[in-house]
Amino acid sequence: MGYAFSAGYGILLILFGLLPALYAIFLAFTQEGAFVGLDNFVKVFNDYRFWPAVQHVAVYLVIWLTFQTIFVVLLALIVHAFGSRWLSISTRFLYYIPGALAGASSVMLWLFLLDPSVSPVSGVLRALGMDSFVETVSIENLPVIFTIIAFWTGAGGWIVIMYGALNNISQEVMEAARVDGAGTVKTAWYIQLPLLRKWISYMGIMTLAAGTQLFVEPRILSQASKGVVPGDYSLNQLAYLYAFRQNDFNGSAAISLILLVVALGLAAFFVFRGGLFERD
Amino acid sequence: MGRAFAIAVALIFVVFFVLPLIWLLLAPTKTPLQLLTGNPFSFGGLGSLAENWQSLSEFQNGIVWTWLGNAAFYSGAALVLTLIVSIPVGYALALTEFRLRRALLVTTLIVMLIPNTALVLPIFLELSAVRLIGNPLSVILPFSFFPFGVYLTYIYFSTGVSRDLLDAARIDGAGEFRVFWRVAMPLAAPVIALVGFFNFVGNWNNYFLPFVMMPGRKAPIQVGLAELLSNVPLFNPTSAGSVTIEVPVLALATIISVAPVLVIFLFSQRFLVSGMTAGGTKG
Repeated sequence: MGYAFSAGYGILLILFGLLPALYAIFLAFTQEGAFVGLDNFVKVFNDYRFWPAVQHVAVYLVIWLTFQTIFVVLLALIVHAFGSRWLSISTRFLYYIPGALAGASSVMLWLFLLDPSVSPVSGVLRALGMDSFVETVSIENLPVIFTIIAFWTGAGGWIVIMYGALNNISQEVMEAARVDGAGTVKTAWYIQLPLLRKWISYMGIMTLAAGTQLFVEPRILSQASKGVVPGDYSLNQLAYLYAFRQNDFNGSAAISLILLVVALGLAAFFVFRGGLFERD
Repeated sequence: MGRAFAIAVALIFVVFFVLPLIWLLLAPTKTPLQLLTGNPFSFGGLGSLAENWQSLSEFQNGIVWTWLGNAAFYSGAALVLTLIVSIPVGYALALTEFRLRRALLVTTLIVMLIPNTALVLPIFLELSAVRLIGNPLSVILPFSFFPFGVYLTYIYFSTGVSRDLLDAARIDGAGEFRVFWRVAMPLAAPVIALVGFFNFVGNWNNYFLPFVMMPGRKAPIQVGLAELLSNVPLFNPTSAGSVTIEVPVLALATIISVAPVLVIFLFSQRFLVSGMTAGGTKG
């Protein structure tokens, strides 16, 4: 009976989970159907665009991960300590609402905000020495810009999740800390943070996995800046160029496969070691 | 002292999160000149709003509405299909026994944690091998594969519905489908809404998959929005001459592109929160 209930999902899982992965493996190790070993990977590694893309993504990841971890946890702790329930609910809501603008829309909005000629914060941009859109999106600023965009859309959701986790910490533990004379900061550091550890590592893993996939932000900025932001800034963009510009599906599959293995590794590690998900 | 500092930090971030949205909501009420020179947080006028609406509607014979319709069709069809396949399997994982159950559960968990962008190019390569690119199925079917929804359903049924209740129905002679339909389904309304919400929002905002699968007039609004960008003179000085889009019009298009999601967000906050925290249960 279980099989009948699972059939529809099982088919989709095979068609859009398993088969694409297997097909990417096949493409990555062949050329025109003939097995070529690691040739496609060697070609990709020797591509002058590959290592800069790896570096771009890595720098972005470090900045985003650090910034997001610190501020999501900090803001969740602050909002959780609010005495007024109403204040805490509305603050979380305001943090969360930009999440509605995921994807292209948020990048579009940030295009305006980053262009000193229309930006409501043009004063800030100019003070930082950015007098035109092209100057704002110069390549050394990009990791910070992508971090701001990703934080703006995604942090609210994580703050809500962390807040939920903080609510799960038993009142008795918190009370005991208070009786022992621990202030808010000490309680946060010695009690709340250690108990949030699983959730923080969950966020870290998801952030890492999502960050390696960087695509829509540089893609749209590249379109808007007429190539000041290069079309091959991130790995996914490069994989896209292989498939669409160079008609080289094997090279594209090789890059996709590398990214997929990274994501799969992170996911599997977390499912088996993270201890957050029910797998009975 | 410390308290005031904490509140100041929280407030600064409120400004950071909200200010861009307010600016965006006001921008379409202005003329391009007002936007460049006026106070960024002033209200322009309803006349300019109507004008901007007009020029957006007229752009390429109303292609924006075509894109919106496409997005509604792709995400809507995927929503229905997702519910049809996800709810039964979540139920089966939670409340029935079968040999592949554990394998299916662990696979679902792992796939759920993989960002959906990771499979876009592999799915593209696969579907182009069977010549499905440009066919609505090439987005609707991948959109309907939603492991997170299966996991949410699984959690919901395994914590919210007892096996005893189902056994009682079985003793009364109900078959398995009848048990599912008559006992489990009437209890499933909250999780159906939750799965539907996350699926619809995620698919509506998805850019990468439809971007590679559905070019041109078949694109959904998120892809179309980025397309509009190449007609904005501010960002592309060389596009002058052809029909152009002014910045307030682009801002209006941005609002329209997320309007359905924004409305859903405003009205389902509480319930959303419960869904997000259900992502992990052993907190």
